[in-house]
Amino acid sequence: MKQLRSAIFGVTLLIQSLGSIAAPPEYTVVIKDHRFEPATITVPAGQKVKLVVENQDATPEEFESHSLKREKVIKGGSKATIYIGPLKPGKYEFVGEYHEKTARGAIVVK
Amino acid sequence: MLGSAIIVFREVLEAALIVAVVMGASRGVRGRGRWIATGIAAGILGACVVAAFAGRISDALEGRGQEIFNATVLLAAVAMLAWHNVWMSAHGRKLAADMRRLGHDVMIGAKPLSAMLAVTALAVLREGSETVLFLYGLMAGGATQVALLGGGTLGLAGGVFLGIMLYQGLLRIPLRRFFRVTGWIVLLLAAGLSASAADFLNQAGVLPALSPQLWDSSSVLSQSSLPGQILHVLVGYQDRPSGIGLLFYVLTIVIIAALMRFTGANEPSAGRQPLTANGMP
Repeated sequence: MKQLRSAIFGVTLLIQSLGSIAAPPEYTVVIKDHRFEPATITVPAGQKVKLVVENQDATPEEFESHSLKREKVIKGGSKATIYIGPLKPGKYEFVGEYHEKTARGAIVVK
Repeated sequence: MLGSAIIVFREVLEAALIVAVVMGASRGVRGRGRWIATGIAAGILGACVVAAFAGRISDALEGRGQEIFNATVLLAAVAMLAWHNVWMSAHGRKLAADMRRLGHDVMIGAKPLSAMLAVTALAVLREGSETVLFLYGLMAGGATQVALLGGGTLGLAGGVFLGIMLYQGLLRIPLRRFFRVTGWIVLLLAAGLSASAADFLNQAGVLPALSPQLWDSSSVLSQSSLPGQILHVLVGYQDRPSGIGLLFYVLTIVIIAALMRFTGANEPSAGRQPLTANGMP
């Protein structure tokens, strides 16, 4: 019985820890007129975060970042979820590859 | 127009370099031009289909469809390159000997050719779908036909030009060492694609990053620069590699090299045994 109870306790802990992994803090960045808004997003260090990129333009855009190792095509008028981290403190730049001159942004990890 | 040319160039470059390596690695094989042309055509067709369904692919698998799709395409290409190399380790020496003896192309089975066709198609499919989406975006954004056509053509020509340069460079390798060198290039190419696949799987949340950034050599050689990008395609160079990417890179080399050694050693006609003048053991 004691063993069963500790087993249940263990499983509950595991589920809770899984739950905390599954629900990282969420940040939203909007693409409009081929620009990111906000252009700088500050996120906590050492933690996985969820980045929702909402493309409000009519044309597709490719979210790309060599430093974050992320690339994802986002169709016009749609959203995409990109998980990043856990990251060390620093500045991680990203661009919209299809409009690299205007679509520039950075994730600041603190 | 220049902006669109640069983007199309970048997308085309990767596919063009891979096709150049494939052309080199299948040198001397009769009918390979037709096979590879078929691969390119199939890739372009596939790219248009993928671009048309981009939204649906993205939304699939709880929004992870695009990552899983990319990783699958990359890993399929890795498998085909591995197969080619393993096949060549068994038959390459005889192939080179026959070519030297006959002084022209030789006939080999369709098996390695179908693998090369698949690699070509997959490379064109992946890069091509992004190019199609980009050009579609420009068109929808009201770009003029001239800018679109001009930029697209310029970019395409630039990418293809570099591919041809690479191919011409490969042809300068003496035939005696040719297949060994192209074998190494194919091996590193496969390892680099495998590392990219790992990063896509990490992005999809399927694999852990292990370490998000092992080092940063972007100040020495940026992956966004032209040499950096060419090295990225050919040997899998990354200026800020992840742990999982490096692990996949090394594992791919070790596994393919082990398979090559194994088949090479088990094929007396093409492996260790020296060849006589007529190319037969």
